Amino acid sequence: MTTETLLRLENINKTFEGGVRANRNANLVVKKGEIHAIVGENGAGKSTLMNILYGVQQPDEGKIYLNDKEVSISSAREAKRLGIGMVHQHFMLVPSFTVLQNVILGYEPRQNLVFVDNKRAEKKVKEICEHYNLTIPLHSLVQDVSVGIQQRVEIIKAIYRGAEILILDEPTAVLTPFETEELFNICREMVAKDKTIIFISHKLKEVLTLSNKVTVMRKGETLVTLDTKDTTEPELARLIVGRDQLWTVGKQKKSHDQSVVLETKNVSVKKTFTSFCVKNVSFDVKAGEIVGVAGVEGNGQSELMDALAGLVPIDQGDVFFNGSSILNKSTSELRALGIRLIPEDRMATGASVKATIKENLMIDQNDCVPFISKPGVMNWKEIEKHTDELIKKFNIVAQGPETVVGTLSGGNLQKVVVARELSGKHTCLLVLQPARGLDIGASEFIYQQLLDAREANNAILLVSADLDELFLLSDRILVIYEGEIVANFIPDQVTPEEVGLYMTGAKRMTPRIGSSL
Amino acid sequence: MNLDFILDVLGTGLRMATPFILAGLGGLISLSAGDLNISLEGFMLIGAFFAVLGSYLFESYLVGIAFALMATVIYGLLFGLFTIRLKADVFVVGIALNLLASEATVFFSRLFFNVRGSFSDPRIQGIPNIHIAFLDNVPILDQLFNNHSAFVYISWVMIFIFWLLIYRTPYGFYFRAAGEHPEALGTTGIQVNKIRWIANVICSVMCGLAGAHLSLGYLKMFVEDMTAGRGFIALSAVIFGGSNPITMAITSLLFGLAEGISLRIQNMGIPSQFTLMLPYLTTIFALVFRAVRKSRKSTTLLTSIATNEPETKGE
Repeated sequence: MTTETLLRLENINKTFEGGVRANRNANLVVKKGEIHAIVGENGAGKSTLMNILYGVQQPDEGKIYLNDKEVSISSAREAKRLGIGMVHQHFMLVPSFTVLQNVILGYEPRQNLVFVDNKRAEKKVKEICEHYNLTIPLHSLVQDVSVGIQQRVEIIKAIYRGAEILILDEPTAVLTPFETEELFNICREMVAKDKTIIFISHKLKEVLTLSNKVTVMRKGETLVTLDTKDTTEPELARLIVGRDQLWTVGKQKKSHDQSVVLETKNVSVKKTFTSFCVKNVSFDVKAGEIVGVAGVEGNGQSELMDALAGLVPIDQGDVFFNGSSILNKSTSELRALGIRLIPEDRMATGASVKATIKENLMIDQNDCVPFISKPGVMNWKEIEKHTDELIKKFNIVAQGPETVVGTLSGGNLQKVVVARELSGKHTCLLVLQPARGLDIGASEFIYQQLLDAREANNAILLVSADLDELFLLSDRILVIYEGEIVANFIPDQVTPEEVGLYMTGAKRMTPRIGSSL
Repeated sequence: MNLDFILDVLGTGLRMATPFILAGLGGLISLSAGDLNISLEGFMLIGAFFAVLGSYLFESYLVGIAFALMATVIYGLLFGLFTIRLKADVFVVGIALNLLASEATVFFSRLFFNVRGSFSDPRIQGIPNIHIAFLDNVPILDQLFNNHSAFVYISWVMIFIFWLLIYRTPYGFYFRAAGEHPEALGTTGIQVNKIRWIANVICSVMCGLAGAHLSLGYLKMFVEDMTAGRGFIALSAVIFGGSNPITMAITSLLFGLAEGISLRIQNMGIPSQFTLMLPYLTTIFALVFRAVRKSRKSTTLLTSIATNEPETKGE
């Protein structure tokens, strides 16, 4: 690594309409060939700073120096010209195009000025891949390749367009642990070959593994930049949230002589006509207990939860709720019994993103007094009162009940979902990835809500890919692999590493079932 | 029923397909770029009227075509103003423009020609037929491919030009990217709206040509609502062919053939109500066929996934 300063941001200030100060005197110095992590809570100003660097937003004050020369970055195209590339959290790829077509889109080499020169394009992209030791299937359609590969396509796309500085925005949020490891190797390979990486993340462990430097942002300011090797996870956490202890939540020990609330017996769910995504699953969840389900995404946990919530049919087996079978009950019947689902994709299934907060909060109760004054007529006054209460109770940061939920940050959107699910009658919660993509503060709030529900004797089934989360909250941990429950643990008696072995199929407690049952 | 009859029907089919192919190519570009223009019908009608007007005023089919193109491009700018600039719903605008075209052409034909219904005049110069001399002595090919209106041949060339445009030039990729994932295109620094405008103008031009062909190709006259649903048939050819001009053109040929047959069997004692239904029935059958094949495809895909257990996950 050289010590040459590549990029310098000085006293960046940015105030949005409405007076939100997203950046206050933010400073950032990035040296050539380093992996520079930027950490901070949602709303700490990371994204704004990166948008300014990428030309999407303009600073009110402040200067940007590239190679000691002042530059003004007026647009994304200008950023690209200066060699700044960005890999967005939501990929910017056209699904029906091949990988190659996506990489060269907008910058196609031409033949006779009119036609796309595919041969030259392929050669150029292949050279990049070889240089950085990357393998990607150039002629596969993007829609057919995994998320990890898609991200690689984005990285190659940025390099193809001449990026010297790569901004990775929460790159690991969508990746499996294995893919994350691969991404890290790619990053290391790239900085070894003189690229510079700015890495935005919530996940401190990843920051500590990958980066050389860490800049902590809080409330729009850049607090401090540290050498990664000189810092620790607790120190970073303290700087980020501004207090000593990372997690203030923790579960109380409880006796487990409670009654069984939810019980599944040999439940199977079909994926296609002849194959199953959930295979012969049996377990129970007691009142006042959080049962964690650990598993790499795509191993049937989502389908299992959907089936329990009545969203997809259960093809074999039976499910009992307080002792009686709830097989073939509709979702609304299950909700009436007190079974609530907090889905993993809050944008797609958790909330109606084009509707307002108040509409989202009463969507399941729009036929209940006091939300209707006469049959078929909404009582908006009552609804607004109800919404205001929930906004206060769940700490939702929004302008008011009329705010469209799609404009909320991830954390606040999740709070809306949780508020809705916990505001009605609930005795059994089915929770998926409750804190995915949320910062520490919001995660903690959601965790506290779940623990409170546990205190109130709810039976909670928690699906997560985040082992830290499962160890923090669960009373028991089940491991799901290829649709089967392959292990169960008491958190105190096992290490996350051990659980990881079961999650990836390296070990199992139960004998393997045939794939087609 | 003899060879001559069959050749006659096929030849008629070939030229009947021309308006479908021309308008279809336009529709296909607009579908690729994201705003499927459902008012191909209205655009064609406008084109047909102004082609006659131009040809009538200047006694030149070239001026007629120029009038048609100018009129449809202006109509297209209206479509773009609402859908691209003002972000109105494409279907609502499309329906409005279809209705407007139907009424506006009636209004204009009263205004300019002072007639209702149909207008023909010796001053109107039609698009000439092309005579290919060396085909004269080749029996079957002569009947099939010779002596069509110039636009019939132009439409065949257009199919390949559009195929090259869509699959071989950067603009083809921009059109498709603008339709499928506009943000991805936007991040490359290309203005998505500019691409949509270009697609919109191309679509208008093609509809203008189709309309001019309709009124100046063989008839040399304008008849109220003379498009008679041809724009919608072209639309179904587009839906059938997706973004592939060749599939679209083959479908158009099928529809053209149906129209040819319906024209030719009218004097065989079958009630005209039935024969006139033929092109529309073919369209419906084609769309049903496509829907069935599509669902078959997805079931075979499912079973192939199912039989390949354990399937390859992720990578």
